Amino acid sequence: MSLVLEGVSKVVSGQTHIYQTDLELLPGTMNVLLGPTSSGKTSLMRLMAGLDVPQTGKIIWDGKDVTGMRVQDRGVAMVYQQFINYPSMTVYDNIASPMRLLGKTTDQIDAAVKKAADLMKLSGMLDRKPLELSGGQQQRCALARALVKDAGLVLLDEPLANLDYKLREELRAEIPKIFEEAGSIFVYATTEPEEALLLGGNTATMWEGRVTQFDRTPIVYRQPVNATTARVFSDPPMNFLKVRKSGDRILFGDGQAAAASGAFSQLSDGNYVAGFRPNHLELQSHAADAMAFTGKLNVTEITGSETFVHLDHHGENWVGLVHGVKNLEIGASLTVYLDPKHIYIFAEDGTSVAAASYATAA
Amino acid sequence: MAKITLDNLAHSYLPNPTSEDDYALKELNHDWVDGEAYALLGSSGCGKSTLLNIISGLLHPSQGRILFNDRDVTMAPTTQRNIAQVFQFPVVYDTMTVRDNLAFPLRNRGADPAYIKERVQQIAHMIGMEATLDRKARGLTADAKQKISLGRGMVREDVNALLFDEPLTVIDPHMKWELRTQLKSLHHEFGHTMIYVTHDQTEALTFADKVVVMYDGRVVQMGTPQELFERPEHTFVGYFIGSPGMNVLDATVNGDTAVVAGTQISLGKSFGTPGGKVEIGVRPEFTSLSDGNEGLPVTIKRVEDVGRHKIVRADFHGTEINVIAAEGESISPDMNRIVFDMAGVNIYADSWRVAPMVA
Repeated sequence: MSLVLEGVSKVVSGQTHIYQTDLELLPGTMNVLLGPTSSGKTSLMRLMAGLDVPQTGKIIWDGKDVTGMRVQDRGVAMVYQQFINYPSMTVYDNIASPMRLLGKTTDQIDAAVKKAADLMKLSGMLDRKPLELSGGQQQRCALARALVKDAGLVLLDEPLANLDYKLREELRAEIPKIFEEAGSIFVYATTEPEEALLLGGNTATMWEGRVTQFDRTPIVYRQPVNATTARVFSDPPMNFLKVRKSGDRILFGDGQAAAASGAFSQLSDGNYVAGFRPNHLELQSHAADAMAFTGKLNVTEITGSETFVHLDHHGENWVGLVHGVKNLEIGASLTVYLDPKHIYIFAEDGTSVAAASYATAA
Repeated sequence: MAKITLDNLAHSYLPNPTSEDDYALKELNHDWVDGEAYALLGSSGCGKSTLLNIISGLLHPSQGRILFNDRDVTMAPTTQRNIAQVFQFPVVYDTMTVRDNLAFPLRNRGADPAYIKERVQQIAHMIGMEATLDRKARGLTADAKQKISLGRGMVREDVNALLFDEPLTVIDPHMKWELRTQLKSLHHEFGHTMIYVTHDQTEALTFADKVVVMYDGRVVQMGTPQELFERPEHTFVGYFIGSPGMNVLDATVNGDTAVVAGTQISLGKSFGTPGGKVEIGVRPEFTSLSDGNEGLPVTIKRVEDVGRHKIVRADFHGTEINVIAAEGESISPDMNRIVFDMAGVNIYADSWRVAPMVA
């Protein structure tokens, strides 16, 4: 069972929420929709579910065109950011409710409820009402209900966003394991790059109603096809600077230059945008051909084991994430280093021209 | 700006508390230094909001006193405490322009119009809303409204303290970055006493000079981010801070030797013979995989690629141990040992850290 979107688009009162999109999701896969608020994640999910009908294009489920089919007839389960349970029913009845609607036998229901409750660590709470549970347990209840439905398509719309940090961490680690064996297609919307990485599977990065890239998650992360994908899939955001390729040199705005080696040697002369992730900015030079940049230090933030360095580099705001606790003078000038193998090169319109060589070497 | 003193403070929501368990906030004594930025960090129900409400005057404590610059304000209403507050959800006047929203606290206090104009401009710049100053707040996104709330909270320079209650919850991750950084530079520039309540460790650690970690109504540790990271005073701090949190394993400790499930570990310093439930705690950042003969025997279960590093989930006699490995590090199946960096090893007795003996 696969889900195929063919040229699907959605316009609401003259505003395009989803531009023409093609996407193919395979059975048994986890598919993350990653993008900021209002980038189209929920709109796309609603189209997949059949809650909304697209203006153009087709939705093909298991080889059949289901474009106009109602959500009730589709075998879809959905979990939202808000914990949605029936407050007057026990946890047991909440989990059992979709199976009752499907007319399953009592024994079938009982077995499935107990299995799902066990996976979701709710076994001891089956007799309680949802409002007697913590937020994390309420969301586990909603997840268990989605699980017993045995739906071919499970849509999770930022399911962990309303949970405490540590609970999120715990559930995030469990969700892929639980759904691995289910065999359904999972679609998981999130605003957080780290969540996408932890969930693994495939990622579709979204920006202003468009899927900017869809591939295996580590590939989208390390080999973004354009600067938009790189920005969306980087937290803190990727740093950018304008560069110029001239002969066998790469020239930076502040007069620095580096040898145009490796992938860079293939570039034709002209203007480009270079990008690098915060964790690749260094305070010491490690590589022999490391490039040095000097800027003004605006702010440092210490996480306990690492330090975020916020730098003003000739009017561009850069963020670096370096190991260890660094007590640096705010407002002073700071020199930072970059290993050329960590640099991505984009054309002026944002299209990727060369992925960082470290990412393609692996 | 003010120094805030918590004197013998405790609170119970019950009329006649009998045991310590009845207290949502257990007894607390502390001086919060004038001009410092504090974060109250803990999961829901830990008492952090109770403490914040006592400081702001929304709640009167059932025991003890609270002082602003040595003046007792325990029973003083919020309006007399001269504080600014920003809440989880935006509080804005929809019918007013952004400019009037920001100017409101200053106008209320009869500030000079020229000063108001200048100050509002400054704040608008900080929250990145200069271009929308003359728009009505109605119709703006939740993000934008929360930025107005933040801006209004910071517009007055003469407040005793600035209190933030999970202020970035509704803000997008990318915008969180910017706002947090701006709050931080603002603090650096003006030196307000700031108290920031959050359950998000990154927000707490990056924002605060001192992080106050709360657990079950108690302050379990108050320290710099580095102290919380390197020397968690309680296993809860080790668990709660860090992602993943500290690995905690049952152990027996005798002098400078620990035994963990039959494997002997040399600690490099003596811890005497701690009693009670003894555990060894080591963060994933201080562990590494090895294919040698030293260390704890493990089986690798999963390797998670989180971009800037890898999280290796290993099984040690049924207990999960997490290891953080570098982005480019290759993990071979021969790696079936975990070794600890002794600089990052702590010993716990009944969940509290045991200080090593001074040689």
